Formats: sequence, structure tokens, C-alpha cells
Amino acid sequence: MTNGDVNQLIELAQYRIETKTRASAILALGGVALVLIFAVLPVFAGRGLIQDLIFVFYMLALAQCWNLLAGYAGLDSVGQQAFVGLGGYLLFALTIGAGIDPIAAVVLSGLIAAVFAVPTAFVVFRLRGPYFAIGSWVVAEVYRLVFAQFKQLGGGTGTSLPPSATNEIFGIEWVKAMFEVRSPAARDIITYWIALALAAGAPLLVYLVLRSRYGLALSAIRDSEATAESAGVDSFRTKLGVYVLVAAATGMIGALIYLQKARISPDAAFSVLDWSAYVIFIVVIGGVGTIEGPIIGVIVFYALQRYLADFGTWYLILLGALAISIMLFARKGIWGYVAQRYRVALFPVRRMLVRPHA
Amino acid sequence: MRPPILETRGLTAHYGDFQALYGIDTVIAPGETIAIIGANGAGKSSYLKAITGLIRAKPDSVRFEDKPIGALGAANILKLGIAMVPEGRRLFSSLTVEENLLIGSYGRDVVGIWSLDSIYGLFPALKERRAAPSHTLSGGEQQMTAIGRALMSNPRVLLCDEISLGLAPIVIRNIYDAMPRIKQSGTSMILVEQDIAQAMKVADRVYCFQEGRVSLSGRPKELTREQVHLAYFGH
Amino acid sequence: MLEWLGTIIQGVLLGGLYALFAAGLSLIFGIMRLVNLAHGDLIVLAAFAILSLATWLGFDPFLATLLAMPAMFAAGFALQHVLLNRALGRDLLPPLLVTFGLSIIIQNGLLEAFTADSRRLRLGAIETASIELGGNLAIGVMPLLTLGSAIAVVLLLNLLFYRTALGRAFRATSDDLEIAQLMGIDHHRIYSIAMGIAMVVATIAALYLGIRANFDPTIGPARLIYAFEAVIIGGLGSLWGTLAGGVIIGLAQTVGAKLNPEWQILAGHIAFLVVVVLRPRGLFPRAED
Repeated sequence: MTNGDVNQLIELAQYRIETKTRASAILALGGVALVLIFAVLPVFAGRGLIQDLIFVFYMLALAQCWNLLAGYAGLDSVGQQAFVGLGGYLLFALTIGAGIDPIAAVVLSGLIAAVFAVPTAFVVFRLRGPYFAIGSWVVAEVYRLVFAQFKQLGGGTGTSLPPSATNEIFGIEWVKAMFEVRSPAARDIITYWIALALAAGAPLLVYLVLRSRYGLALSAIRDSEATAESAGVDSFRTKLGVYVLVAAATGMIGALIYLQKARISPDAAFSVLDWSAYVIFIVVIGGVGTIEGPIIGVIVFYALQRYLADFGTWYLILLGALAISIMLFARKGIWGYVAQRYRVALFPVRRMLVRPHA
Repeated sequence: MRPPILETRGLTAHYGDFQALYGIDTVIAPGETIAIIGANGAGKSSYLKAITGLIRAKPDSVRFEDKPIGALGAANILKLGIAMVPEGRRLFSSLTVEENLLIGSYGRDVVGIWSLDSIYGLFPALKERRAAPSHTLSGGEQQMTAIGRALMSNPRVLLCDEISLGLAPIVIRNIYDAMPRIKQSGTSMILVEQDIAQAMKVADRVYCFQEGRVSLSGRPKELTREQVHLAYFGH
Repeated sequence: MLEWLGTIIQGVLLGGLYALFAAGLSLIFGIMRLVNLAHGDLIVLAAFAILSLATWLGFDPFLATLLAMPAMFAAGFALQHVLLNRALGRDLLPPLLVTFGLSIIIQNGLLEAFTADSRRLRLGAIETASIELGGNLAIGVMPLLTLGSAIAVVLLLNLLFYRTALGRAFRATSDDLEIAQLMGIDHHRIYSIAMGIAMVVATIAALYLGIRANFDPTIGPARLIYAFEAVIIGGLGSLWGTLAGGVIIGLAQTVGAKLNPEWQILAGHIAFLVVVVLRPRGLFPRAED
């Protein structure tokens, strides 16, 4: 070993791996502040706004989950509605059938959905690429048709959540007193907080997964599965892990959605349009494979829905045209385009080799 | 000196952030056979890909019959009369031998020396296997089919990318025995080769690439082994 | 026993309809790996085109279909040329989203133009005619014609694929896009022609769809999933495989319905999943992927 080699080694040892950027540190604080603001919003906001925000929050949570699955793990699923519906039905079953507190039921629904995800994965993982997409859709349809058979849960027409199931929700008395509202509004507020927790938790979860070694494995698999395997990554187990994790989260979100709607039917709960097509739209328009993308996407989607839905067919035509235009002209989505042009990252997950300052 | 049929001027090539070629100058006279030799990663395949339009290049960095073609796409390059035998053969797996040959003339259907009959004359082994699915062929038969496929377009310039790769010496010799007939038909050729001996035997001139640059050029007879070794390895 | 024979025949005949739906999709997926979410809606579009021609010109649906075919070819060619060629690439998602957008636009465009009313293509007596097979067994003439058309379409397409230069170009492009370009094949033009042909097949499917049942602008997506199942079970690039896939789905659905009417669609999906778990690449995949 020459002197030159030794010097090189010493220099190498001073390199560090970093993921922080200055913008991200500032935004981390901003994010926490934002969540706090949203948390106290029910003090000022009317019921309409609260309900709108619940929608925004759960769509955002669903989008982050799908983004982790497809954008990072390369599992382009068109069948996540299976877990949304499953979560919804589990919530109904647990609260009506077993009298469990709705908040606990939401969490439990997620865990049970994760259990269902395991055999489901063994079926769908046999397929690749577009076959996987269609296969996951078919599996979701099977879930829908099977649940339509259960007469106890309303069969094909569905059923409603009786007030008795949710009147005892943990904390409702405190909320009623605190905000001086009656039961329905109080339920909405508690539902709102759960939704906020899911909406804030989802991106955080994705971020933590991606920063872990697990996340590195995912990127490797997404880029080239064969190469990743030869580097020692167990791609099946890694993908299974993500799939089950996302199923748990999606199940919880589904439980929350139907807690709020208080009425469930197989066609609605397992709707490929509402829980896959629109979610994929949100993620891809915002920017797939980025954590910031779905946030942008859900804002765009909400704005379109809120202000243009009255225009019926023309609103939908506009939606379709928007999907097409963005794919043709800004394939990486709105955030992808911005991030590339201005080189920003709010949730930095890329690992950068940082040179020691000379 | 006849004007060159094909030349590259300061040809550069990139794969994303990685630069494979750093300004390659080459000249091919009509009817000439050029050999490009060099170690793995020297840029030989990138050179061919740039000429055939699989990699983008500046318009003027590749000139065919004194017209800039660097920015043209692969399909248009073929139509001009530049055909490639790609590395690894790359036959169409769901087509038979004969269908693979026929597809060679789909993009450029001109009357010339090369037709199904003359190609079967060049490679008699293929005639027997004409109806066989291409994935059932041996390596040598595949290579012959790939060459035949390129010839079917009656190209003015034939590019061969590592045709001896993965083949037994006797098979390689068999294939190279066909080279004189191809030369006779007036086709100019660029042979990218790992098998230096074989390449030097058939080539009129040789270029050696090293890390994306031309490190040596000249007539095979005029180059010594030491010169070639130095140009190939860099030391 | 005879009842079951009748069920099986019904299943096979239904399979003919699904195979017609799937054939166009198989063509597009095989050649350009495009998952066309708008395929069902394009079939509905074709049905409305046939309906319009039949109404305005006073033709019967068969003649109107013949007239609609070249128009639909041009529409498919243009669609691919202007829109879809730009969306294709290595990623699965952009074409998925573009065809999803297209699906919404077609559905809602049709709603605006034709309202949500249910329509039907009228043929007269032949619609309900049937052939007696003896022993209480009868086959509907239309379902038989449908299966026959499906077989004819597959035969013609295979003739195109295996006996013509264009067909060779299709197969080569499907096998190895990069080398096909190297051979001088203009793949964008190939794709546009393929989409045009797929639209012609879709028009034929639309005829039988419209005669068999009522249609309105929104029924496209429902049939789409059966078409996908047939294509996938059949295997990449095999039209006979797609036919077989359609028949399998049709059989499964009919047998399932016989056991319990509520199980019809579920049975089809279960059959799909079983085949796909045992043979992830389908029954008769032509090429490597």
C-alpha cells in the first residue's frame, strides 16, 4: 500500500451518508405546526369544513399508501379497494357484532386486514407487471362478491351503522362538553382527529420505511429485481412485508371511512373507481414515487371535486383530460416536474454522499 | 482517394451521466472492411449504437455519403442502407429462421445481390433449418441467421457487433469464411471484434479503442503486436 | 344430465362473446404491451356508431357494422397516432392513467351526446331464433353466430400474423422492440395499424353486444374485466389462447350460475385466479416476456 493509497482511505473514511437537506429540516418543523393547527381546527370550523377535511385526509392517507406500494415497491396494484372494503366491513362487524369501541375497532380492523393480506399476497405475487395489476383487481372483485353473500352484513344492499354502536365512542362526552355540540357533531370531530392522525401518520410511515434499510431494499427491487436478489435482497419477503403493512394501513383507513359514512354496501366499499382509480389519479398527477406528490395531488383533486362537481359530465371529462394532459406533458406529475426543475425535496429520502468540507 | 462512405467526426456518446465515447474520428472508404478492437468497456458497442441510431448523437458527428445522419432514428438509418448484426444475435424468438431473414427486407426492400436464395447459398446450413423456430438453433446457426437478416436489406454498410462471441473456434472460422463473399458484393463492413486474430485477417484497416478514444489505427500488416497490445490495454 | 350439457353449450357460446371482447385487447396487449382501460368504452362507442348509422341511413345493423368498420379503423389509428404512442414507454402507469382518462371522456362524451337511455340493436326475428337440437336442447342463433364470428376473427387475425409481411412485423415488434427498430420497422406506425385493426374487431364485438342486450354509455368497464381475464388466461400473444380464455370464463360463469345464480360472476373470477396461480403466464404464451 502506497502513501497515496493510505491518504485516499483516510479521505474516504470522512465521507458521510446524509439524507437531510436544509429545506427539509425547516419543513419538518412546519409540518408539526401544521398538524397542530389542524388538530385545533374544530374549535373554529363548521361541520361542513370538518367533513370536507375528513375526505381530504383519508384520500391523502390512501394515496400515500398506494404510493409506497406502487411508486416505491413497484407493486402496481389496482386492487387496494379490497382492503378498504374489508376494513369497512370489519369495523361494522366489530362495533355492531362485538360492541367494541369504534376507535379500537379502527385499529383492530387494520390488524385483521393485515392477516387477510398474507394469503392474498401469495395469490397475486404469482403475477408480474400488468398481470399483477389486473389480478389484484380481480381479487378485489372476489372480496366484493363474497361480502355481498353475507346476509348478516346486509348482503348486496348493505347496511347502516346504528347510532348505538357509535354513541359510546371513547371521549365523546369530553368532546360534547368541550365543544358544546351534540352527539353527531362530536362523532364527526373524533372521526376528524382519527383521520388527521392517519393523514399525518401515513407520510411519516412512508418516510420512515424509506429511510430504513428496508427502504433501500425496496428501491433496489423496484429498479431491478434480479440484480437486487443477486445482491442478497430477499425480494419476496420484502414485497410481502410492504404489501401487508400497506394492507393494514389501508384497512384502518377503510374502517375510518365507513365509520364516518355510517352506511356500507359491497359496491361502494369495494369500488374500483373510488378507492383505486381516483387514488391512482391523485398519486400520479401529484407525482408517483415522491412523498410530496400525493399531497399536491389530493389538493388538486379536492379542488376539482369541490368546485366543479356540479358540472356533472363536463367535470368528469375535464378530469379525464387532465389525467391525459399531465401524463403526456409532465409524466412525473406536478411535484415531479417542480422537483426536477427546482431541485427541491421536502421529504428527502435519497441518500447523498457528503464530502468532508476541505 | 474515393470519398468515404461513412465517417465519424468527434463522435461522443453518453448513457445518462456516463460518457462512453470522447470524440471518435473514423473513416470508411466504399468497399473497405474495418475492424474495431478493444477491451470490454472501451466503447466499441457504443460506437456502433451511435451509428445505427440506437444512441443519440449530434447530426454532424456521423456522416453517410457526406450527409449528416447522427440524429436520425434507428429505422431511418436502416432505410439509408446501414444494417447491423447486433451483439448477442437478438433474433426474433417467435419467428422461424426464414421469417427472421424475411423481416430483414421489411424496412428496406431493394433489389440487390442478397435474397433468400443467395443467403441460403452463403449459409447452406440455414436452408435445412428454414422452418425452425429461431430459439431452437445453435449459437452458430443463430449467428448466421442474424448476419443473413442484416444482409437481406442489401446494405451499403454492414456493421457486425462481436459475432464471434460465445462461439466455438471452428464455428467462428466457418462464419468468417463467408466474409470474402460479402466483401465481393461491394458491401463496406465494420467489424467489432474481441477475436483480434480473426479480425486482423479480414480487415483492410484496424482501429483500436481504449476507454472511449481511438488509441491506434492502421493497416493490420503494418502494426506490430507490441503496438496493438499497448493500444488495447493502455500499458 | 342433458341439462348440464345445455349449460356447457351456453357457457361455450357466452365464451364466444367474451372472446370477441378480448380479441382486440389481446392484439393491443400482445403487440405493444398496452393495458387499455378504455377498451370496453371503445366497444360501446362502436355500438353507438353502429346504432347511429343504422338509424340515420335506415340500414340493418349488419350493414351498418360493415360501414362502421373502416370509420373505427381510422379512429383507432388516429387515437394511437396522436395520443397513445406518446404515452407508451417502459412505465406501466402513464398508459394506465391515459387510458383511464380516455375511458372517462368517452363515457361522459357519449352521455352528453346520447343520454343515459338504454339502447338496443334491432335485427328482427333472428334475435330470438334458435336451433332445436332435440331432447329439449336448443341453441340460440345469435349466440352461435357470435361464437362463429369469434372463431372467424381469430382465424383471420392469425392469417394476418403468420402469412403476411405486416404480420411478421407485428410479431417482431412484439418480440424485441429495439431490434425491430434496427430492422427498419417504424414501430409507431405498426402500433397505429394494430390499434386500427383492434378497433375493427371491437366493432364486430359491439354488434353482438348490442343485439344481445341493452347498452348505454356506462356499461363499458363492466365487460372490461372479463376481457382482461380472457387475455391473461390465454397467454401473451396467442389469439387462440384468448379464445380459449373467453370460453373458460364463459363456462365458469354459466356453471356457477347453474349452481346458484348469485355465484355467476364470482365463479368466473375464481376460475381466472385458479388458472393464473397454476400458470402465471397463461395457458399458451407465444413469446418470452
